[in-house]
Amino acid sequence: MILAGATHDPDRIDILHHLMDSEAYYHVATLPGGISLDITRHVVLMWIASLLMIIVMSSIARQKGLVPRGARNLIEPVLFFIRDELAIPNFHDKANRYVPFLWTIFFFILFCNLLGLIPGSATATGNLSVTAGLALVAFAAIHITGVRENGLLHYLGSIVPPVPWWLWPLLLVVEIVGIFAKPFALAVRLWANMNGGHIVIMVMMGFIFLFKSWLAAGISVAAATAIYMLELFVALLQAYVFTFLTAVFMGMAAHPDH
Amino acid sequence: MEGLAMMGAGIGAGIATLGAGLGIGKIAAGAVESIARQPEAAGDIRGSMILTAALIEGVALFACAICFMIQSKFAG
Repeated sequence: MILAGATHDPDRIDILHHLMDSEAYYHVATLPGGISLDITRHVVLMWIASLLMIIVMSSIARQKGLVPRGARNLIEPVLFFIRDELAIPNFHDKANRYVPFLWTIFFFILFCNLLGLIPGSATATGNLSVTAGLALVAFAAIHITGVRENGLLHYLGSIVPPVPWWLWPLLLVVEIVGIFAKPFALAVRLWANMNGGHIVIMVMMGFIFLFKSWLAAGISVAAATAIYMLELFVALLQAYVFTFLTAVFMGMAAHPDH
Repeated sequence: MEGLAMMGAGIGAGIATLGAGLGIGKIAAGAVESIARQPEAAGDIRGSMILTAALIEGVALFACAICFMIQSKFAG
């Protein structure tokens, strides 16, 4: 990681180091190449998110009858929205095959984002390694969809759209760059959005220490609260955008002709 | 030199915001206009609006991430 592990100078606050939160609770192992398997706060937060998802979703799924009760009132419209607005326009009659994946990725990101907004906890999706892992899953899903719907040879042939032969090598390069740029953009977008709000709140609170006055404290706290409300919205929006873009890319891989 | 680098990071973030703001503003203007003309197509228009806005936002965030890397290289 380029951003983590910078030398820490106590006189200066390194925001990224603060947000990366690479402090390990429990040392497990370090793979060759410096890939750490340590259990950090972000790993624990992801476990909590998964556990919450298992508890909430399985209790809702066990409910019988058409009329929802309790938390099902909250979750069910979201599930229907993702199916009707994201899965069906992209996969048409094969939507049921891919909608569980979209649901899972949406709620996992949403739970991680919202857990990160509880004061004292940490945003797992604000770690570039976590979002890169999610983007890797999306990358695999995009190409597995393409191969599954079209067959390997037809899918490979459809990477470059039909163009005049002299344009073909150029487009091949462009398309291959595009294949890797898509998950890269997904990872950086989620990571930067989740960190952006935190950085703004930190800067707002920093004004108190900069001006050392009660007036600044009042304004700072009010502004930070407003930004916190915006962050609640961004948490939902970025989970949606990640799922939406994954669905669109999967749909493009499934139907390369248009 | 450090001050110049910090200034560059700040100015870069500002210019990236300017470009992204202009671009997303144009998208929103176009989307609102077309929804007003054809309210029954609001769902499709909203979808493509979010897609293109997210793509522009991604580029702007790349720029901001690079500015942040410059900043943290000198402030770290």
